[in-house]
Amino acid sequence: MPLALVVAASLAALILAVALAVGIGELAVSFADVFRAIANRLFAAGYPVPPIQEGVIWDYRLARALVAACCGAGLALSGVILQALLRNPLADPYVLGISAGASTGAVAVAILGLGAGALTLSGGAFCGAVLAFLLVALLAAGTGGGTERIILAGIAGSQLFHALTAYIVTASANAEQSRGIMFWLLGSLGGVRWGDVGLAAPVALLGFLVCQFHARALDAFAFGTDAAASLGVPVTRVRLVLFAATAAMTATMVSLVGAIGFVGLVIPHAARFIVGPHHARLLPAAMLVGAVFMVLADIASRMMVPQQVLPIGVVTALIGAPAFALLLYRARKKGV
Amino acid sequence: MSIATHNLRWEAGGRLIVDGVTLNAVPGRMLGLVGPNGSGKSSLLRLIGGLRRASAGLVTLGDCDMRTLPRPAIARRIAFVAQQAATEEDVTVEDVVRLGRTPHRGPLAGWTGRDQQAVDQALMQTGLAAKRRQSWHTLSGGEKQRAQIARALAQAPTELLLDEPTNHLDVQHQLEILELVSHLPLTSIVALHDLNLAALYCDEVVVLMAGRVMAAGAPLKVLTPSLIRTVFGVAAAIGRSPIDGRPHLYLAPVAAAVQPVSEHLRQSA
Repeated sequence: MPLALVVAASLAALILAVALAVGIGELAVSFADVFRAIANRLFAAGYPVPPIQEGVIWDYRLARALVAACCGAGLALSGVILQALLRNPLADPYVLGISAGASTGAVAVAILGLGAGALTLSGGAFCGAVLAFLLVALLAAGTGGGTERIILAGIAGSQLFHALTAYIVTASANAEQSRGIMFWLLGSLGGVRWGDVGLAAPVALLGFLVCQFHARALDAFAFGTDAAASLGVPVTRVRLVLFAATAAMTATMVSLVGAIGFVGLVIPHAARFIVGPHHARLLPAAMLVGAVFMVLADIASRMMVPQQVLPIGVVTALIGAPAFALLLYRARKKGV
Repeated sequence: MSIATHNLRWEAGGRLIVDGVTLNAVPGRMLGLVGPNGSGKSSLLRLIGGLRRASAGLVTLGDCDMRTLPRPAIARRIAFVAQQAATEEDVTVEDVVRLGRTPHRGPLAGWTGRDQQAVDQALMQTGLAAKRRQSWHTLSGGEKQRAQIARALAQAPTELLLDEPTNHLDVQHQLEILELVSHLPLTSIVALHDLNLAALYCDEVVVLMAGRVMAAGAPLKVLTPSLIRTVFGVAAAIGRSPIDGRPHLYLAPVAAAVQPVSEHLRQSA
């Protein structure tokens, strides 16, 4: 399928999904009113929309939908990068414990006050993500490397960081804080505002540009690092830049909405299925498909249980876990 | 001048793998690296290709110290074919060959007619033109090796390094690959296990043992029975091939050399 078509189709799907996400809720709003309210805010169009509705649409639901889209995009891009550089179809920020490390970093800042105010929540998450990644990489290399080792090391890493997070929360947080944090850990878009869009959107966009610039180098990694180096790719620098971009994207998204699993794992495979393995096409496709998926998952999380909002991580896991099983099954058939 | 190494040393994990190797590849000729397992053939090739950093000594490409050259500049001259290539990606043969153009393209440059020409020519030379749309994962071992060589040729190199290209291949494909490489108008350095293949196709051989050069020169001058016994620990004799009359190395365990083969046969009967 031509890339332009895929991009156009997924952009249209994204706009539709966002409009849907904004319209759905306890206060139902018609599609027309959604677009009128947005036009009012963007271009001062002056359509007659009740001020309460306009406030709900603009201040709450649109910001929430946009952050969801950015998170889906960032996590999907991270998944593509990790799968390419580690040459492992099962790699993603959640499986490798990077999300867990980011959670620990964010919790350490929020509860323990680590960094004494100099470190923001997302800064702490970034430090945690980098630390987790280094630990997992060291553990994998120390046990002889190989593609399965890094997954096993990732499992060990996530368990460790989950335990650290639980320890910090239990030991230092009050009842109110721990309830909030436990909900956030499962992935929650509640409480997201425009300020969060201002963080998520630039990170996702910048992350995409950095990755896209390295698309050709990523293709060269198909046959391993030596093969990439012999094709003229400055392997050490490229890996450093792209791992840092992955850590930054994952950490930002985790600090905003919590650790959400399976998006980074499953979306890259879905995108590969549509546009093929070339990264110049795969990266934009994965970004857009990830964004659409996350907005739809958010809608599902608000509709599945009446009067309740499910953590979005529950929704992505309910869809992602069977997809993960399917991937494992296919990997077995290919003899990987 | 092509590639040369000067007193090259390389350590890994506290062990000296390559121990003071000096060699010189003659432009347009095929240089064979032979030696037992663990003699440092693969490591030496990776050092020559700039994929590992030498602990001491240097590699020169023409008149340049290779350390001063940026990675893409090296890749525009030297192509490397590893012993076995594997990928998880669902790529076609042409995708693999197109990778060879990577060092010739900027990160944002488009695909040019020259790139396509190089790819088409490489596919032709390796006899893979008809399989260009086929998935990599459906290829046989020999075809995969040829696809990697086609990728290397698309790089338009002046030097080609091959690490045991005949491993895992049946006899027909072994001869086919070396026939192909020996007729390329390139300087090539090839690590080989089979001494007869080295004698048949290489213009020169370098014999390695424990990371050192034991002998270097024309194959038949270098691969003498006494050297083969020292380096490989097997008995050797040189005879003539009944097929084409060319010199052929006959190899046997050292114990067998003590008594003639006919004696063996009588005993086992």
